[in-house]
Amino acid sequence: MDSKGFSWYHFAAPQRFYRLAGIAVPWIGALAALLIAGGLVIGLLIAPTDHQQGDAYRIIFVHVPAAWMSMVIFVAMAFWAAIGLAFNTRLAHMIANALVPTGALMTFIALWTGALWGKPTWGTWWVWDARLTSELILLFLYVGVLSLHAAIEDPRRADRAAGVLALVGVVNVPIIYFSVKWWNTLHQGASISLAKAPSMATPMLLGMLVMALGFWAFCIAVSLARVRIVMLERERHTAWARQAIGAAT
Amino acid sequence: MNWSSFSEFAAMGGYGLYVWGSFGVTAVVMLGEMMSLRARRKALRTLEDDPPDRVDYREGAA
Repeated sequence: MDSKGFSWYHFAAPQRFYRLAGIAVPWIGALAALLIAGGLVIGLLIAPTDHQQGDAYRIIFVHVPAAWMSMVIFVAMAFWAAIGLAFNTRLAHMIANALVPTGALMTFIALWTGALWGKPTWGTWWVWDARLTSELILLFLYVGVLSLHAAIEDPRRADRAAGVLALVGVVNVPIIYFSVKWWNTLHQGASISLAKAPSMATPMLLGMLVMALGFWAFCIAVSLARVRIVMLERERHTAWARQAIGAAT
Repeated sequence: MNWSSFSEFAAMGGYGLYVWGSFGVTAVVMLGEMMSLRARRKALRTLEDDPPDRVDYREGAA
């Protein structure tokens, strides 16, 4: 490797990635805690009551960030799976693998808070409309990727199988996103769009954006923490990993 | 500040169950994820030294 030129392979060396991620996790985690605390203050204390939905609308401050992350993480997982499949890099597969539980939990939060929001505003916990159904399918896809990976003993075979499922499943993400446009759904349209000015009051919008950034940071921090564990679990026959296990536990 | 008393804040305009049910479960899920990661990290020590990673998966090798 050229020692002067910048190279991504530099960071793909497991030990180096492990160390850098270890430095990043507490900082990104602290950022997540600050942003989420700020988002809670804005969303629960400062933002005014909605004139139509009353205070039930405050569910938006967890529902929308979680729903965004559920889709973003699936795309990220499929991206790293594609890199792993194309270049046969184990680190890429490990990153994809580490994203799955966080994505599944974000999907669960989106569905759960959606049900609790649907009851007072729509009069029902659940409807089989395009948005809700496609988001439920996303949860099944996450669970499918997770179980497929767990069911195959050889990690490299498991990586490839789960990676293919992630790549196939990623077509569901645009379906979720555009479902409110393509079909008549009970679910409302996008809260934020780049094409037009937001239709929300400023503190509401601000609270939602701060919470969304907090959820981003949270997801990055826990995924990096998990990929470090996955690395040690899978590289533990190597000297550096054994040493790291001794230092870290 | 949108509220004049704590009980008003807790009631969430009559939607307390839905609002706190959402925020509460979200908090439990996020904290639970962090705790399960900590446990998984602790469990590293108890793993055997030789993961199935070393299986030779090339064709004909098995």
